[in-house]
This record gives sequence, structure tokens and C-alpha cells, in this order.
Amino acid sequence: MAYDEFERVYEVTGRDYANAGRASTSIKDILKNLGVHPAVVRRTAIASYEAEMNVVMYAVRARMSLRVSPTAVTLEVQDEGPGIEDIDLAMQEGYSTATPEMREMGFGAGMGLPNIKRNADVFDIKSEVSRGTRLLISIAQAA
Amino acid sequence: MNPQTSCHHPLRFDADKCDGCMACMRACPTAAVRVRKEKAWMLADRCIDCGECIRVCPGRAVVPLTDQMADLSRFSCKVAIPSPTLYAQFDPDVSPGEVFAALKLCGFDDVEGPSRACDMVAAATEIFLSEYRGQYPLISSFCPTVVRLVQVKYPALVEQVLPVVAPREVSARDAKARKTAETGLPEERIGTVYITPCPAKMVAILEHPGMERSYLDAAVSISDLFRPLVTAITKVRGGGSTATTAETSSGVNWAFLGAVPRSLRAADSLSVAGLSNVIRILDDVEKGRLRGYRFIECHACGEGCVGGCLTVENPYVARSKTIRLTQKLPAASPELRSEVERRWRNGEFFMDAAFSARPLRPLDENISRAIAKMTQKEAFLAELPGIDCGACGAPSCHAFAEDVVQGEADRHACVFSLQRALAAQVEELASLVQGTRRSAGGEDQ
Repeated sequence: MAYDEFERVYEVTGRDYANAGRASTSIKDILKNLGVHPAVVRRTAIASYEAEMNVVMYAVRARMSLRVSPTAVTLEVQDEGPGIEDIDLAMQEGYSTATPEMREMGFGAGMGLPNIKRNADVFDIKSEVSRGTRLLISIAQAA
Repeated sequence: MNPQTSCHHPLRFDADKCDGCMACMRACPTAAVRVRKEKAWMLADRCIDCGECIRVCPGRAVVPLTDQMADLSRFSCKVAIPSPTLYAQFDPDVSPGEVFAALKLCGFDDVEGPSRACDMVAAATEIFLSEYRGQYPLISSFCPTVVRLVQVKYPALVEQVLPVVAPREVSARDAKARKTAETGLPEERIGTVYITPCPAKMVAILEHPGMERSYLDAAVSISDLFRPLVTAITKVRGGGSTATTAETSSGVNWAFLGAVPRSLRAADSLSVAGLSNVIRILDDVEKGRLRGYRFIECHACGEGCVGGCLTVENPYVARSKTIRLTQKLPAASPELRSEVERRWRNGEFFMDAAFSARPLRPLDENISRAIAKMTQKEAFLAELPGIDCGACGAPSCHAFAEDVVQGEADRHACVFSLQRALAAQVEELASLVQGTRRSAGGEDQ
């Protein structure tokens, strides 16, 4: 049923550190308001925050879409940006292309993508160099 | 399970005094107040007992439900357990010994100073942290409002709430044991009474989250005791010397934020005070952002307990006075550490029950219906002006939209919605009138 899904789209801007994290806070609030299980809320919160920060640090801008159905929470992040050259490498824990500036802000531990994957039941990432990256994750809800 | 069934709140809205000014509604950090028919009322499951409404009400219509001295007559022996913030309410020259003597003049049989328990709990926290292997950061549990906030708004974080007993409870348990031995009275005849800077401690006594029971029997507010204490202090000071106490600088330091991080001397701990700041920090914890910190000390009130809504002195002045007092007090005895270690092995500082999550009621228990309501809510919210004027009796357009979707408010309670509906009706009437005139044969000209 088409009505059985809630959708919210966020625009995230690259380098906008002052507002970084707002989308993931809003996502968390929506999921709680919908009565999603606290464990699922937390996994989504961690994954969406990492994804949002990846956009803020590396991309120009992105559309982050949250979709909630009775069976799953889905997050799709489509960004315009440099893309990822070697996804397998980027998925390795500890691998990071963070600049010294990002590291100074406490990021760049190379745990972003691995952390997103760890918290997701479905994880799909596609990237085109100098175009952008599309990340799709889904977390199942017990019916 | 209804989250409201075992929900106590330490305050009451007095409808006779309330003139519906909405100050409390605007100040409430969890949107738990509504104003209907010019009276404020509380959504019990949303309230986290922070006391902001008490602080801002110009008509004193929000009444804190702490105990009065007369309520304590059921005890044969009454032991006062002052919050460390009590000292900072008086002139900086007043010593803890004089405060103890004044408390006795006000009707207490004995006083258990707070420092010893604070020092022991700081040491117990250090031991716990050194043995802990779970998720970081741990969140302090000493402020009952913070505990309630986690239970209600951050249910996934309840496992990260520090399971170390609060100093006031350690004081109460030790005082009960000491007085039972001294007087031979049964434990229930000995009343342990917290002298409290906030009403939230009442809830901690009634609901004792994380503990099988509370060792405190009652809580009397600092603001209620202030005037009798000032009178008594004057008498005490006129009467010559008073006994010295075992108060310590590190113990009295618990009056304002940062006591535990200060005693841990650890760079990987932080302290945060004021609910909006605490909420931002807990949001970050929930997003996995602050994993590099081991311990976060959280206080609902600005500056920590000195900012409690039932204190008298300005929190910044109180903090300054506390620092001045601590400079005159000795440090904690180094022997205390071995006592804490021994008692820690007996499990004495460890909470004996689990913290339960009590998440806010969602839009609907059924997720499909919740999704449908969320869609309705968003659609209705888009029609609202978004200026959070409060005239509808809800603190924000967002809260109002939710109330309407839940059938708890009428959409025309919004003056803008009403205006639009009226305008539409007027237009309809006008066209009706015009139609009638036309069919009556153009009488106007």
C-alpha cells in the first residue's frame, strides 16, 4: 500500500559544519515518534550520522532520503562530489582520505563506511569518480 | 504496558493561581505543558521533573511537592542529609559546623554531612570505570532528571547509565545504620531527610530507578528551610563555638558541575549542565559521536545542583561561595579509598536493579497507523504558520499538529486555521448572497 510508507528528504551541504548532524538528529526524532524499536533507532542514528558527515566532509551537496515502512527503515544518500576511486579500499577499517583539517575536527579514523555497513542489514554503494556516490542502506524492523 | 502507571511527578499545577500566561509551556524542554481554557496542565508521560516550570511561573502556580517539616513527625529520629549546595546559600563565613547546629535547631536530631559519601562515590566511580568493558561513554546517574530524560528520550542509552549509587543514597544508608546502632530504634523509625535543591529528588525517592529501594525517606527543600535556617544560624553564631565536621573540599565540590571529572583527573571525561546542553550531548552520544569519552557527567540545571530551582542563591554566586568554602576545608582522607574498595567488593555502591527504558508514547502502537498519522501530521503542519505563537495552547506548531492528529486538540484552536476557515465561509456566504440577488432580478442598480 502506497500510504504505508513515510518519506522525508533532507538537503545536506558540503563543508557546512555548523549544521552538520541536523539531518540525522531529525531522522532519530522521526523514528522515535513512529515507535520504531530503540535498537533500530540507534543503528539508524549511527549510520545516518556517519553518512551525513561523509557528505559534509567530502561532497558538494547531497539528497538524503529517509523512508520508513512497517518492515524496514531505508536511507538513500545521493551526492554530487568527487566520488570514491576504490570502494573496496574505502571499506577497509582504518583507511581514510581525510585531510589534516578533518582529522583536527576528530574525523578521519577510517571507520565511517565500515560503521555504516556494520549497522545496516542491506548495504549498497555505487560511485562514479568526479560525479558522485550513491549509498543505500536498509535496516529491518521486526514485523 | 502503560508508561504512566508508575509515573510520579514532584510538582502540581494549582488551577486557582494559574492565569494561563504560558510561561511554563514555553519553558518546558520536553513540550509537556498545554494551556486549555486559560489553565496549564501537564502531559505526565512527557514530564522529566526538571522544574523549569516552577522556575518561570510568575504566579507561583506550579507547586513543588517536597515534604514539609510537619510531615516528618512520623519519625522518632530525624537525620538531615544536606545537599552540598546548602552551604552556598549562606554567608561565606558560615561554617559547615554552624549549618549542622542550625539544622538541629530547626528540628533535626542529627546531621549526616554529604562529603564522605560524595568522596566515596567518586572513588567507586573510578573503580567501576577501571573494570568496565561495555559501551562508552557512561552517563552519570546522580541527577534524577537526567536519568528520566534518558529513560524517556534516549531509551537505547539506558545501558550506558552509570550503575553507581548516588551519594545521597549512600549517606542515607550509612545514617540509617549508624542511628539504628546508636539509638536501638528500628530502621523505619529513623527518618533520613534530604535537604534538596530541586524537586526531582522526590521522584528518585519514590521511584528509585536502578535500586530495589531508596534509603531516603523524605526531602525538604532548601527554599522552605532557608528562613528558619538563617534565624537558627544567627542564634548558633551568638552562642559561641560549634563542633567541627568531617566535610571535605572534594565532597563540597559536588555542589556544582564537574565534581567527578575533577576527581577522576581524566581527560576522557566531560561535564555538561543545563538541559538543552545535555540534550545536545546525548543526541551526539546516540549518534555514536562521543565514543572517545569514557564518562559524561550530566546535570539538568545550569551550573549543576547550585542551579536547582529550589535553591535561594544565584547559581554563579553559589558556585563562587562553594569554591571559597572548599579552600578552607581539608582534602578527603586517603584511607577512604581502601574502605571504598572493601565496600565495593561487597557490592555496596553498585545499583541492584536495572534501569528501564520508558520511551515516549509514539504516534501509534501500530507502525502502519503511526506512519499514516505522521503523514497527516506533516500535511497539517505545512498548513500552519510555523511561528510557534502558542495561542492554540500548544508550545509549537509541531506539537499542535501532533495533538490534532491524535484527536487531542481541535484544528480550529489555531487562530490562523480558524481565520482561513472563516474567510472561506464568508466567501461562500458572499457568493450565495450574490447568487440570490442575481436571481431576484438585479436590485442593486
